[in-house]
Amino acid sequence: MTFRPRMRGLAVVAAGSLALTACSAGSLGSSDDAGGAASVSITYLAGNLEQDVKEANQLIKDFTAKNPTVTVKLETRPGGSEGDNIVKTRLSTGDMSDVFGYNTGSLFQAIAPEKNLTPISDQPYIGDLDENFKKTVTAGDKVYGVPSGGFMGGAVLYSIPVYTRLGLKVPATWAEFMANNAKIKAAGIAPVIQTYGETWTSQLFVLGDFHNVAAVEPDFADRYTKNQAKYATSPAALKGFEHTQQVHDAGYENKDFASAKLPDGLRMLAQGKGAHYPILTGVVNDMVSTYPNAAKDVGLFALPGDDASKNGLTVWTPGGVYIPNTTTGEKLDAAKKFLAFIASPDGCKSLATTGVPTGPYAVKGCELPADVPQSIKDMQPYLDKSGGSSLALEFVSPVKGPSLEQITVEVGSGIQKAKDGAARYDEDVKKQAQQLGLAGW
Amino acid sequence: MKSVTVTSIRPRSRADATPAARAAGGKIYTPYKYWFYLPAAVLYGVLFVVPTFASFYYSLTRWTLFDSKFIGLDNFRLFFSEPQLVKGFTNTLIYAFVTSGSKVVLGLLLAVLLTSRIVGRAYLRSVVFFPVLASTIGVAIMFTVLMNPERGLINGALGLIGIDGPGWLTDPKYALMSVALVDVWKGVGLATLIYIAGIVSIPREYMEAARVDGAGAWETFRRIVLPLSRPATVTVIILSLIGGLRSFELIWVMTRGGPGFTSDVIASVIYKQYQAGFYGLSTAGNVVLFLVVTAIVLPLSWFLNRKEVDM
Repeated sequence: MTFRPRMRGLAVVAAGSLALTACSAGSLGSSDDAGGAASVSITYLAGNLEQDVKEANQLIKDFTAKNPTVTVKLETRPGGSEGDNIVKTRLSTGDMSDVFGYNTGSLFQAIAPEKNLTPISDQPYIGDLDENFKKTVTAGDKVYGVPSGGFMGGAVLYSIPVYTRLGLKVPATWAEFMANNAKIKAAGIAPVIQTYGETWTSQLFVLGDFHNVAAVEPDFADRYTKNQAKYATSPAALKGFEHTQQVHDAGYENKDFASAKLPDGLRMLAQGKGAHYPILTGVVNDMVSTYPNAAKDVGLFALPGDDASKNGLTVWTPGGVYIPNTTTGEKLDAAKKFLAFIASPDGCKSLATTGVPTGPYAVKGCELPADVPQSIKDMQPYLDKSGGSSLALEFVSPVKGPSLEQITVEVGSGIQKAKDGAARYDEDVKKQAQQLGLAGW
Repeated sequence: MKSVTVTSIRPRSRADATPAARAAGGKIYTPYKYWFYLPAAVLYGVLFVVPTFASFYYSLTRWTLFDSKFIGLDNFRLFFSEPQLVKGFTNTLIYAFVTSGSKVVLGLLLAVLLTSRIVGRAYLRSVVFFPVLASTIGVAIMFTVLMNPERGLINGALGLIGIDGPGWLTDPKYALMSVALVDVWKGVGLATLIYIAGIVSIPREYMEAARVDGAGAWETFRRIVLPLSRPATVTVIILSLIGGLRSFELIWVMTRGGPGFTSDVIASVIYKQYQAGFYGLSTAGNVVLFLVVTAIVLPLSWFLNRKEVDM
């Protein structure tokens, strides 16, 4: 499992509505009115969540406005493991759409890119792509995908009014963070919002802490993949679990942490009833559209570690858009044009019109709109600073266990101790590594 | 005299006595030709027999959608070394026995009530049965809302009489039992129905004879209703135990096995492993579940049915 918050649960609903072949959500003019004998029609497979469909339709609309000879038909698929299976099956049967969107990082590696995809390393725009992003869509020495959307940060969203009222400073170390929590609690506000009603939200103290792990142990990801480094035995990596436990032991969680869900968490944060919410910036769009004041009232800081000078942001890369090698001839040319559009400033602008970005874009020349929420703006300094950000572990190592969210719920609810939780997670990832057939497991 | 000797002769067994069987050369008579069985046999083979045996094989492999690798009993070893499984295993047993036991007791009591002469009996009988008809998922979602510790109706009502209700589904101590409670609420109607059928079929003469002999209500219940509704009890126990052992929907919707792993049962562990893409491991889990259900239900069914014959 990879960290895909918005897909959780919806995948079940999506499965029901999926008609694999006939799912064209956006009918954007038939090939007749595209006119001319030179017109070519390609298909684009994207996720079926509301925001995904909105973005895909917008991209298609703006692209075809510039390239009237090309028609793009949108197909949709569910997310989660359901979607993984569909993508893998369609690729292996040669039945993939001409262009498709899919995850980057470890999931991208699992679809055998060298066998199934068309490399785009020779395209002129390739130098404009962000280095971090490029790493997650590279197999062998070739690049295969372009980014659709912005980076996403795994960080602490905090209530700016609470901070101003109590005269607090944004913490750079864990000790400062806990000191702030003590003052916030004394003021009668829940210091740390946790929402275990939706279990994925419980993982941020661990997953969002990876920059701090990598700062102390730069080769952790490598050794982790080779079965040499473990969460339970690496002091730096264990910190994430310990922090989850400390917040619970100190009574800093909101009272209803066990049953609260993501929307409850966002409400508490936007209304200043909770001060900190460790979460992914992918939720900011929803928060701002429900509570407009949150655009300026909610800020962001990276999960604090031990060393203030090495503190930085853990980021998730945007999803990729790829061309399978079953796309040939003029369809291939059209598909390449479509990718070039997505990887251009025009593409980013097109995406930005559909909602609040989840973070800075991975294409050079793409600026965030001036009116982005404060929390998204707060990500930029980390990304601009060298060594100020790292990719999340799941983008640099294929090893990721499926049960982390249950384990962090247990640790954060006081059912299990940090050390035991970490050991249990190490057991959990073993199964994943064996299923992937990695060496050394 | 002669007629007496005739009746004392042991009658010939039925197979010998059937003329048709003799005509078919000793085989049991059947009105159907073999081709008549073929469609059902093909369906049965393709949809049931082949997958069952294929799953036994695949439980010994690590497979993806594209290929499989034989790894012997590793899946089973891994499955049993998982702390989560041990928890799931005990939870499954607790859940199955608690729900099954409660359904027997409550079902019998409700059946006694609903076979008595009370006002609106037919209506009350259908009311008890309604939850059985409702969708499990719907029931689960409804109770999840009712059992919410902060905003749920149940704790709201308890609050009115000064009781601070627990986190029914969020407290590790109560989560499994809360789901079991809902399972009983939903399933007791079926048990009641079976018991009503059992009690109604008890001849009235027994009751009347007992009354003449001076038996009170308790004696009648204990000496007549309880033993004579034994077939109903057997059916209820077997059905609800199998249902409890393989219960999944309620638990999945209400707690997802949580908080953490505290209300996991075997079925939810298997589901999570399948979802994570550990196909071989989850197939092995299903084989284990199959064996466990067989190992519990088969002897139990044999035991209960034997008693029935003895009586």
